Amino acid sequence: MPLLENGRLVEDFWTTIGDDAPLPPTGPVIVPLERLEDGLARPAGEKLGVALPPDAEVAVLRAALPRLALVGVTFPTFRDGRAFSQARALREHLDFAGEIRVTGRPLPDQYEFLLRCGASTVQLPDGADPAVWARAHERFTTAYQPSVRDERAEGFGLRRFLA
Amino acid sequence: MSAETLATPDTAPVGHYAYDQVDRAFLHDRVEQFRDQVARRLSGALSEDEFKPLRLMNGLYLQLHAYMLRVAIPYGILDSRQMRELAHIARTYDRDYGHFTTRQNIQFNWIRLEDTPDILARLAAVDMHAIQTSGNCIRNVTCDQFAGAAVDELLDPRVHAEILRQWSTLHPEFSFLPRKFKIAISGSPHDRVAARFHDIGLVAKPGRHGTVFDVFVGGGMGRTPIVGVHLRDNLPEEDLLAYLEAMVRVYNEYGRRDNIYKARIKILVQALGAEAYREKVDAEFAAMDRARYRLPPETVAAIRARFGTPVLDAPSDAADRLAEARRADAAFDRWVRTNTHPHRAAGYISAVISLKPDGGIPGDATSAQLDTIADLAERFSFGEIRISHMQNVVLGHVRQDQLHALWRELGGAGLASANIGLIGDIIACPGLDYCSLANARSIPIAQKLSARFANPALQERIGDLQIKISGCINACGHHHAGHIGILGVDKKGEEFFQLTLGGSAGNDAAIGQILGPALPEDATVDAIAHLVDAYLVHRTEGERFLDTYRRLGAALFKDAVYALA
Repeated sequence: MPLLENGRLVEDFWTTIGDDAPLPPTGPVIVPLERLEDGLARPAGEKLGVALPPDAEVAVLRAALPRLALVGVTFPTFRDGRAFSQARALREHLDFAGEIRVTGRPLPDQYEFLLRCGASTVQLPDGADPAVWARAHERFTTAYQPSVRDERAEGFGLRRFLA
Repeated sequence: MSAETLATPDTAPVGHYAYDQVDRAFLHDRVEQFRDQVARRLSGALSEDEFKPLRLMNGLYLQLHAYMLRVAIPYGILDSRQMRELAHIARTYDRDYGHFTTRQNIQFNWIRLEDTPDILARLAAVDMHAIQTSGNCIRNVTCDQFAGAAVDELLDPRVHAEILRQWSTLHPEFSFLPRKFKIAISGSPHDRVAARFHDIGLVAKPGRHGTVFDVFVGGGMGRTPIVGVHLRDNLPEEDLLAYLEAMVRVYNEYGRRDNIYKARIKILVQALGAEAYREKVDAEFAAMDRARYRLPPETVAAIRARFGTPVLDAPSDAADRLAEARRADAAFDRWVRTNTHPHRAAGYISAVISLKPDGGIPGDATSAQLDTIADLAERFSFGEIRISHMQNVVLGHVRQDQLHALWRELGGAGLASANIGLIGDIIACPGLDYCSLANARSIPIAQKLSARFANPALQERIGDLQIKISGCINACGHHHAGHIGILGVDKKGEEFFQLTLGGSAGNDAAIGQILGPALPEDATVDAIAHLVDAYLVHRTEGERFLDTYRRLGAALFKDAVYALA
């Protein structure tokens, strides 16, 4: 599936592993949360990501986080906004600096919100038009509240410039 | 930082925040985004399913007969210029009227989808919008209708309401909450905002080192009416946004998403227990980057600087001249008794314009009336207009010596009903006349009650009595908080009404108790007449209906309604 970063399509180097599929010994893989131990058992140099379900607390990743290069958060439907809080908590509480990847069924109109909560990439849902997503990123130039991106203040008050 | 944005604009509107180019550019972008979405819908590129969440984020509902557009009136304040634009929209795009809601917004009930981008562009031209008047996000922040004017107020909460408006606008984390989220803020120890019936209720007051807030959480009406929990006292101003972020974040993470009827924060707070919820909020608050979310005094001052303030300089004989006019005109005197509120400044008074005429529809106003209100606000109250959650209009700063002239003008426009706080001052949801959720029509029964008790002398004799009507269990008419609540129910395809007694939205917040079996419409009107008769017989001197009910209990009132049947 196409992968979006900063409004542009980028190549996806990661392999997402299902619940039962065998874990390849090398190469970047994203494992489900239940298989995190399997992933951590691989050699320390192998890139590891984990897919966090919406009902998981990010704190469960605290110990493993130094070994993780990617955390996936997901939208079962666009209405389920828990991934926003997970992404922000990863950045803000756990100081996670790796890739936060969004999967599931988000809307393009949520793209800017996702970025401001700390997401890095979006795995576009089937049928998504990357141009609509890119436009959504460029639509607004001002925001009215702090975010994990620490945008530059715009004039007075709460306003920030969106880059 | 440019000089333009720092300076207090000479023309700053009294009572609300003055937009600058940045705010206007933001609204413009928002309108263009929606224009694009509507075009994609009309061309078929977007299905109704895909379009629905997008239109809802711009306040556009699909009701029984047409689209309804709900326009935000932040903290219930607008100026004459904005009111004239609402009148224009009512005239041009609707059936010549608008409907003010219990959340201080206005709804237009007969809107065509293809007109909505132009309507939003017209609104943007007067610094208005429909953002977050719908959807599972933080809705319009509501406020005391006498803010900045009331003699009992400790501080004007509108600057903080504006800060919360800005903070919640397109909030990246909290735009897809489990359910809608309503915040109310007051600066008076006398609760006129129903703080204990909101997802979050804030009461601002001066602390030792600046403004502090008492915080209530998890109140609400709907299917499960709950009086809010007192979460904490004396929250410092600089922590206001951080603490609200923590409160809403805990809700976003743990609130139920499997059942929309159990998704409001009140259910979470009840399920966890107030203590456990407070612990989670405190843990989040302790862990978060407090510097990032700090609200510094400079930020508050910069936003405050963009509020116009009225120059209050009434002549020294203003009060005497009002007293004289009241002695000379009994009808005016009655209206002053019921429709005014004491002002903090000598020689001033706040006037309430009732949108509850005899036999009328609560909260409705014609375009001509909207224009009249705009003109009168300019002449008598610095161009500032307030919408109350009781669905009335307030002119906050009227000179006492000019009140009689204002009243005469209101009379000429059919806007001088003397019934504020009385039995005629009914709150009603739109009901089955408009709403696809309703089980029963709310408007006809409101009209019948208002006609039945039209006599102003009778209304004044009955005194303080709030009737609140909801057409279904979702309780948009706040029936749970009515001294007399009326809930429309469906009984095998027929509209019936269930009565509740003893509710209150004030400091003595309480949820009304069901009186007995539901009744048909006309029998409900008769039943309320019987309730009022029983009250008049049994009340003690100066006792409100609510107090008589609390003192004597339900049995007496139950007999008054059901013993005859």
